[in-house]
Amino acid sequence: MLNALDKQMLEKVADLHEIPQGAFNIRKNGVGVQRNTTANIDIVTKKDKSGIDVIIKPYTKGESVHIPVIVTEENINDVVYNTFEIGEYSDVEIIAGCGIHNCGTHTSQHDGIHTFYVRKGAKVKYVEKHYGQGDGKGQRILNPKTIIEAEEGSYTELELIQIKGIDRTIRDTEIRLMGNAKLVVTERLLTYQDQEAQSTINVELLGVDSSAQIISRSVAQDNSKQDFYFDLIGRNKGRGHIQCDAIIMHNAQVHSTPKISAYHSEAQLVHEAAIGRIESEQLIKLMSMGFSEKEAEDTILDGFLK
Amino acid sequence: MLEIQGVTLETEGAKGVEILKNINLKFYDKKIYVITGPNGGGKSSLAKILMGIYNPTSGKILLNEQDITQTSITERARMGIGYAFQSPPRFKGIKVKDLLKMAAAHNPEKLNTCDLLYNVGLCAQDYLERDVDASLSGGEMKRIEIATVLARNLKIAVFDEPEAGIDLWSFQKLAETFKNIHLKYDTTIVIISHQERIMQLADEIILMSNGTISAQSERDVILAGILKNENCLCSTNCEKGVGQNAECVG
Repeated sequence: MLNALDKQMLEKVADLHEIPQGAFNIRKNGVGVQRNTTANIDIVTKKDKSGIDVIIKPYTKGESVHIPVIVTEENINDVVYNTFEIGEYSDVEIIAGCGIHNCGTHTSQHDGIHTFYVRKGAKVKYVEKHYGQGDGKGQRILNPKTIIEAEEGSYTELELIQIKGIDRTIRDTEIRLMGNAKLVVTERLLTYQDQEAQSTINVELLGVDSSAQIISRSVAQDNSKQDFYFDLIGRNKGRGHIQCDAIIMHNAQVHSTPKISAYHSEAQLVHEAAIGRIESEQLIKLMSMGFSEKEAEDTILDGFLK
Repeated sequence: MLEIQGVTLETEGAKGVEILKNINLKFYDKKIYVITGPNGGGKSSLAKILMGIYNPTSGKILLNEQDITQTSITERARMGIGYAFQSPPRFKGIKVKDLLKMAAAHNPEKLNTCDLLYNVGLCAQDYLERDVDASLSGGEMKRIEIATVLARNLKIAVFDEPEAGIDLWSFQKLAETFKNIHLKYDTTIVIISHQERIMQLADEIILMSNGTISAQSERDVILAGILKNENCLCSTNCEKGVGQNAECVG
């Protein structure tokens, strides 16, 4: 059912070398092709629109759900709505990757709208990797929208990675945190050639002692363009920290607009943004250890985007 | 042997400032040299010229009779020249163990990275997984920097003020480590330092001030001179030291 190309894409997108353990749902070219559920994790196809409901029972510990999406043909426009119900006091990992292989001349696009309900005391790590390949002129477009309602005492970790591959992406992330809910977002982005990427992250600290930490690191090369919008809103006693660092090279453009708004006297919000070239001292240090300038540059960028 | 012949370094522009004036030096194999002198005297600039970070305005640098004046930093590193920065750069996403592994990559001897850290007074368990970033203190960065040079089997190792930021207790260990590289490898060691205890390790001490070499001799001779000398090493004519009861005028 899965051919060699499918397997290669799954490996790139979700580090899958074989059929994953535990619950999973593989979507290919707009259709679900393989699924497995477990006693604690159920996956149900939505009836009203395209997509799935992933239901994780309360107190589920140490399980993972893989929901990779691969697009291997041109001229695909796939819109999917996925809802995740992460039961109270569970501790799970959700690996959602999306890969587009396009050797044609027409665009291949996948728009995924993911809504998460992280229930009281639950812990979830959500990894979303975007990958694209193919030597056709057809564009590869991914527009993910992520909405997270984090309840009391929950812990949500998001890892969002996109290195090359995708021509255009408009990423929208919206998170609301209740009392004692914690959020950690790590975003890694590299664009090159004529690629364009836009990422908007809105976080609302609604509950007492909620906290959010957002670290965004990106590299913009060639003629690519990156736009970042961060909006951190403190409506209660809580802490938020946004750090965005970009390395700009060649003729690229990077626009970073971190915004913090406090509506409560005990909201503590910090934003730090920096855009710059690779520091020459770093290059010189590595060259003085025997690296060529190119090797030094690659080492610095690899570490930066790790 | 590393030879510096008639090296001059001037800053660019119409009003070029002479940072180094006609420096002539020979560094012989397996010896320890300490370069000392007042701040702003050109010591770090000379060290950077050895590594190729600065290019001299005129003059030549010869490594074992081969002219390396135009050789790049990378090439010089591959020829066996190493440099420990006075202010080492920080990185994002590179761990201490990664940096040490990169440094030791071309050393034919299989080094234990934990030993490398021990020799600079750091506990491997505490530091291997740390990022070489803003979370490390100045002293910690300095020591890791020294470790990256010690990890390599070098012909010439240049240390720019290695003692800066190192606490008293670790200092003894550091001084011992310098003595040991000397015994272990055939490296020529050049240390820029203001510390008497580092100078005690030297075979020869070179005094630099105002971009020139004001004295160069065996350790004991120079040390005796520095400790006895009541004249200031800087070139400014000032009233200090002239009289015990000198008063401020005006």
